[in-house]
Amino acid sequence: MIRASLLLAATTLAPPALAQHSGHPSGASPAPATSCTPEHAAMGHCKMPEPAPKSAPPTCTPEHAAMGHCKLPEGHASLPSEPAAIVCTPEHAAMGHCKLPEPAAEPVPAAPAATTSCQPEHAAMGHCEPAAVDPHAGHDMGAAQQVEIPVRPAPAEALAGPADAADAVWGSDAMARGRSILRKEHGDMTVAKLLIDRAEQQFRKGRDGYVVDAQGWIGGDIDKLWLKTEVEGDWGRKVEEAEVQALWSHAIGPWFDLQAGLRGDFGEGPNRTHLALGVQGLLPYWVEVDGALFLSSKGEVTARAEAEYDLRITQKLIVQPRVEAGLSAQKVGELGLGSGLTDAALGVRLRYEISPLFAPYAGVDYERAFGATRDYRRAHGERGGGLNLVVGIRTWF
Amino acid sequence: MNDISIDRRAFIGGGAALAAAAGLQPAWAATTSHGLTAAKSQGLLSGEDIRMTVSELNFRVDGRPGHAIGINGTIPAPLVRLKEGQNVRITVDNQLDEDTSIHWHGLIVPFHMDGVPGISFPGIRARSSFTYEFPVRQSGTYWYHSHSGLQEQLGHYGPIIIDPAGPDPIAHDREHVIVLSDWTFMHPHRLFTRLKQEGGVFNRNRRTLANRGEDKMSAKEAREFARMRMDPTDISDVTAAAYTYLINGHSPGENWTGLFRAGERVRLRLINAAAQTIFNIRIPGLKLLVVATDGIAVRPVEVDELQIGNAETYDLIVVPENRAYSLIAEGIDRSGMGVATLAPQAGMRAAVPPLRKRPTLTMTDMGMGAMDHGSMDHSAHGDAASSAPAMSHDMRDKSKVDFKVGPGVDMIAPMPMDRVGDPGVGLDDVGHKVLTYKDLVALTPNSDTRVPTRRIDIHLTGNMERFMWSMDGEKLSENPEPYRFARNERVRLRMINDTMMTHPMHLHGHFFEIVNGNPGNQPLKHTIRVLPGGYVDVDLTADAPGDWAFHCHLLYHMHAGMMRVVSVRPLEGAEA
Repeated sequence: MIRASLLLAATTLAPPALAQHSGHPSGASPAPATSCTPEHAAMGHCKMPEPAPKSAPPTCTPEHAAMGHCKLPEGHASLPSEPAAIVCTPEHAAMGHCKLPEPAAEPVPAAPAATTSCQPEHAAMGHCEPAAVDPHAGHDMGAAQQVEIPVRPAPAEALAGPADAADAVWGSDAMARGRSILRKEHGDMTVAKLLIDRAEQQFRKGRDGYVVDAQGWIGGDIDKLWLKTEVEGDWGRKVEEAEVQALWSHAIGPWFDLQAGLRGDFGEGPNRTHLALGVQGLLPYWVEVDGALFLSSKGEVTARAEAEYDLRITQKLIVQPRVEAGLSAQKVGELGLGSGLTDAALGVRLRYEISPLFAPYAGVDYERAFGATRDYRRAHGERGGGLNLVVGIRTWF
Repeated sequence: MNDISIDRRAFIGGGAALAAAAGLQPAWAATTSHGLTAAKSQGLLSGEDIRMTVSELNFRVDGRPGHAIGINGTIPAPLVRLKEGQNVRITVDNQLDEDTSIHWHGLIVPFHMDGVPGISFPGIRARSSFTYEFPVRQSGTYWYHSHSGLQEQLGHYGPIIIDPAGPDPIAHDREHVIVLSDWTFMHPHRLFTRLKQEGGVFNRNRRTLANRGEDKMSAKEAREFARMRMDPTDISDVTAAAYTYLINGHSPGENWTGLFRAGERVRLRLINAAAQTIFNIRIPGLKLLVVATDGIAVRPVEVDELQIGNAETYDLIVVPENRAYSLIAEGIDRSGMGVATLAPQAGMRAAVPPLRKRPTLTMTDMGMGAMDHGSMDHSAHGDAASSAPAMSHDMRDKSKVDFKVGPGVDMIAPMPMDRVGDPGVGLDDVGHKVLTYKDLVALTPNSDTRVPTRRIDIHLTGNMERFMWSMDGEKLSENPEPYRFARNERVRLRMINDTMMTHPMHLHGHFFEIVNGNPGNQPLKHTIRVLPGGYVDVDLTADAPGDWAFHCHLLYHMHAGMMRVVSVRPLEGAEA
């Protein structure tokens, strides 16, 4: 129905359009003073693009020559047959018949010859300045360009009311709604993102495992709600490690966010709740980093740091080295943590971006535990470390 | 009424009779134009009373339908042809389920008719109408578009031609309107979200190990960029990965064709109505005579290529021979191009040159000044001059600016230079003449030659990584103080680009003069490209009382907050 009425609108609007068209058969202004129309030319009655015959005998006055618009002929005898001597007006130049002198080479105004006999027509063409204008204006402007114009606050009149000019015309109520839309549509949008950085299968000696590492955020440019989760385990067993972080994220610089909130652990072993405080962002040379300190409900202090870098081989093929390290301020037997550096992982993944939003990858990941942490793991019959082959996908939306 | 129009169609068809005999489709349905109208938008609106209907459309590009918003059923919107000195009343019927608006880009109108919701007027609510009414005080090539949400990306834009009251200073035999735009099948809100999620998501032309040797960059420069967390290939936020570039609503495959006769002076009225694309324009085999910009005549200057920022307009005169030509609108990042054909006959096509190698940004684009220290600007920031070694500059020295530098500002150009003499990103070494703003000289002398009494510096700021964009570090959503001018005050604006992107800056309700070394004949513009790491000075007479929008015309930059209000007081009728 809407389309039908549109069609109707279009057809009723067409006639005036065509009427207008007919008023301008071949351009808004008449063909430049030549009686040879394209139609005539086509019939062979005349030749079209010859330079305009309007100003038949070209008249290069000394004034014009002084302005550089033409050259005075050597001898008057050659004048009628000398096309080069045609006065080059901007109109002519616009027609492509001649070239105007380089404007930069020759500042226009202020030539005294021009100001003395400045016809309005000439002024309109920009050849001179009418007498009414201060002949020194040009010099002043030139000077102004060199001399720095001082940075100053607005004069007092500029501060006169009302605050919003449109209110006086349309009413404050109507404008208030418009203004709130205006703000909303110019910088105040809520955006969200979900990134599954790693969803991978890990092949290794013994039982194969899996890792899911994802984060999502929602908010404005400065403040966001940020959620992170990491789940890790071996196929066929209970989830080994699982955690969720809910963080308030606040931009503290062009490339870094400060993040604070809670972390809950839901894996094997005793569950903990932690206060989390971290920094996530981009280091010089495009290194992505994420570091956080955790204070558990039992008073234990731990920390974690990650860094990733995208090395582009082609537009779609990317090598991503990745390091991760865990730290603990104290020994926590219950959690199997020694103090100091507890564990670290070093990996390289090669991913292929089918689209920037979806990329399968394959790689290797070497991880190991250190010190007492390693001892705890061995005591539990776990590996102290080793090499994993990984295959997974990275996706975001 | 209808009969008459059919007769008239037959009459104007006279010129097209030859073409028709050659098997042409009816003019209004074809991708071929004899001039004066933009294809797909066959509507041409004129007179004192104009009606427009904004509605949702199904718009086809290369046969694939997409959701669009158009006017009177067309994209681009109908050509509005007015006459200088007339009055016009334009009633806009909004059939959308959301607010809309029309801004008359470049037209000098009373501020409350300017069409920016929340600044000039309340906006046109869903399923309601609004009538604009204003005198037509100028002539030339302009355009109109929505200033609501992201509607402009969806097709809400159209050309305006105003014929002068007197004789046209630009003689021509035929004219074509060339409306450039960018089309995406992705919903603009999703597109914006993607940019916020990952600023470089549409860049498929990064530096990689595989192509590392192909750029002019030295390893040292590349390191410098990486250290700053800046991507030297981040030229355009949205690229051909998401866009099809259109000319008069037609993709390169649809090949819009403008007809001419050999030897005619053909006037091309070039309008960049794209949402997020700056174009490099050339017509291989033809010299382009630039005769006007932003509607106002300039001394003709002959070039081979020009860069056109969003919302700029250029009038060109070309004199083609009896052959076909390709009009190439190459995206600034060279990921894609719009292509149309100029030909003496429908169905002809000329060779289309391949995309040129994509450019990389330079130290100059970082605001490090020119690498040869000769043309460096030492006056802009006194302290910058004293620190000699270019590489040691702090790229975010907060002491250089007097606004709060937060996370939204990732760079402050240490040594910005006047770049009005530069052709634009990637065009320094193309081997032919490219237009620069220095080449432009107003055809008629400036009406106000007063020396500005003060200068205001406006920093164009942003954070590429977070896709945050602002002016003086603040987004419009943060309710910043307006820039305030006294009525008829003569002011110099210095727009300093503290980012690595070209920003086409548009001030509503005014023309400003580019300070480009042509005193007394400074060219007038409503929109100007401010090149990365550089600045432009413009002189302005604040002669239009009211509140005006001032913003980057890259739609997604504006949407991200790169917009301000300019207040000119006292208002009409108030005491000075």
